[in-house]
Amino acid sequence: MSTDARPRGATGAGTQMRSYYGRPVIKEPVWQREIPWYFFTGGLGGASSVLSLVARVSGNELLAQRSIQIASAADAVSPLLLISDLGRPERFLNMLRVFKVTSPMSVGSWILAYTSAASSVSAFLNTIGRLRRTADLARTAAAASGAPLAVYTATLISDTAIPVWHEARHELPFLFGSSAVASAGAASAIVVPPRDAGPARRMAVGGAIVENVVMKAMEKRLGMLGEPYRQSEAGKYGKLAKACSLGGAAVIGLGGRRSRLAAVAGGTLLLAGEAALRWSVFKAGFQSARDPKYTVIPQRERAGHGPSSRTLPSPRRSGNHG
Amino acid sequence: MSTVGYGEETKERVGFFTDTSVCIGCKACEVACKEWNLVPEDGMVWTGESYDNTSELGANAWRHVAFVEQAEPIRWLMSSDVCKHCTHAACLDVCPTGALFRTEYGTVVVQEDVCNGCGYCVPACPFGVIDKRHLPRQDPPVLPLLTKEEDGRVWKCTLCYDRLKGGHEPACAKACPTDSIQFGPLEELRGRAEQRLEKLQADNWDGARLYGHDANDGVGGFGAFFLLLDEPEVYGLPPDPVATTHDLPGMWRTAAIATGALIAGVVAAFVGGSE
Repeated sequence: MSTDARPRGATGAGTQMRSYYGRPVIKEPVWQREIPWYFFTGGLGGASSVLSLVARVSGNELLAQRSIQIASAADAVSPLLLISDLGRPERFLNMLRVFKVTSPMSVGSWILAYTSAASSVSAFLNTIGRLRRTADLARTAAAASGAPLAVYTATLISDTAIPVWHEARHELPFLFGSSAVASAGAASAIVVPPRDAGPARRMAVGGAIVENVVMKAMEKRLGMLGEPYRQSEAGKYGKLAKACSLGGAAVIGLGGRRSRLAAVAGGTLLLAGEAALRWSVFKAGFQSARDPKYTVIPQRERAGHGPSSRTLPSPRRSGNHG
Repeated sequence: MSTVGYGEETKERVGFFTDTSVCIGCKACEVACKEWNLVPEDGMVWTGESYDNTSELGANAWRHVAFVEQAEPIRWLMSSDVCKHCTHAACLDVCPTGALFRTEYGTVVVQEDVCNGCGYCVPACPFGVIDKRHLPRQDPPVLPLLTKEEDGRVWKCTLCYDRLKGGHEPACAKACPTDSIQFGPLEELRGRAEQRLEKLQADNWDGARLYGHDANDGVGGFGAFFLLLDEPEVYGLPPDPVATTHDLPGMWRTAAIATGALIAGVVAAFVGGSE
């Protein structure tokens, strides 16, 4: 982004940003509470599928079975959340009417449909203990699409005109990915006895640390656009996310190996932190859309007097309007 | 702009040139649009913002006349805003159902019988044009459990697709008494706009500029562009709009790397065994 100072005399812009009665330039998203929860369940389900496959390959059967059950549960809830958020829920199947690589939501709908089918088949067969090879095949399929499922939601919101989402496009996939790893680890650490839950605990702790580092780096790089992440509701959720994720990770990491209670408590705290993180990012988007300065100032810095508007070279009636 | 898909049915690209220097703020465009397109009434609020009680484009306002009162020098700017029918339309790119489509005239239209109200186009539009309609649903419910009480679909200017099909100009342009809203083939309008700018330039009008006429801008040029008398943000318009899909290849690459990192992270967690 260019930081060139723009000559502001010609049209009397002064130092203050100009706007139309302070109204937003872009629309706030119309997504409701289902969507941040879906970011959470999508991440949890997707990363749990990956965990299940790696656990199976490494011979940790209990962890493999529990994590695919978690994945299938999350993958069953996810479509319900998405359908519930639609303005026309009865038309949910229109999501699979076309496949458009220009639409992260289209790509994501196909990924979710596929992952959800695969994880539920695998979890069902695993639970009843039949058709092991089919179960493994389905598990592999669920893992292959589960990883992108955990990440694509970041791409989805990055591909919008919402300043704090689009400009964060380099970090958000890593933020959502690490959050998903932490969620999946925490959920499995809760339901698997400590003896078999080592990898899940390491995922929980590692994911939480990476996520907090990425968040910090993202806010710093965004400069002015990092503000909404720290303010108002987004800021509150952000603080909650940081406290719960790091606190949960500490409890799991220090006590989860010996104490089941610590694993359950730390895991629960961590899951709450991951949900709060999704809410923080979600709310920051709304807040940045609401204030025209987050739309106008970065565009001004980028464009200067830019190609999209052409001013007269020597205005007769110079002066300060408005 | 691609004309793939229409073959011989492809029509010359049409659009609007809105010359705000002759807008008198009569709002005939707003009224004509509502009448012709059966855009529902959505309540009445006195904003106290000059003569503007429409406030913004949205699901129930497809033309919006902005009123800007300026003190130094004293002048009153009026401008009729509308969907830009972008050459690279972000709303169309991100629509997951194909409800938003490019017509044979090069315009961007929502198919109301396909839209499922996912809302993705709403934050995708760099102008805040398209929006979800929250008014009560008019058509009969389909499945009781899956039906909401509000309309729930997205709506915006169609550039009067039905009128174009019948060989008529859009209702707003037809109703405009000063030809502030001019409809026609886009190339012709661009030429006309250049001439108009030169005229204003010769008359030393302060701040006159074309907005959205440049095919090299972030949305590939507007199908509905403007002559403004001040900076775009003064009218509530973005100074440098971009269709973010432009960055999508890079975003998919980042997502792929993050996906790989996620898998690597899970695998790494198994180093050191199950304890």
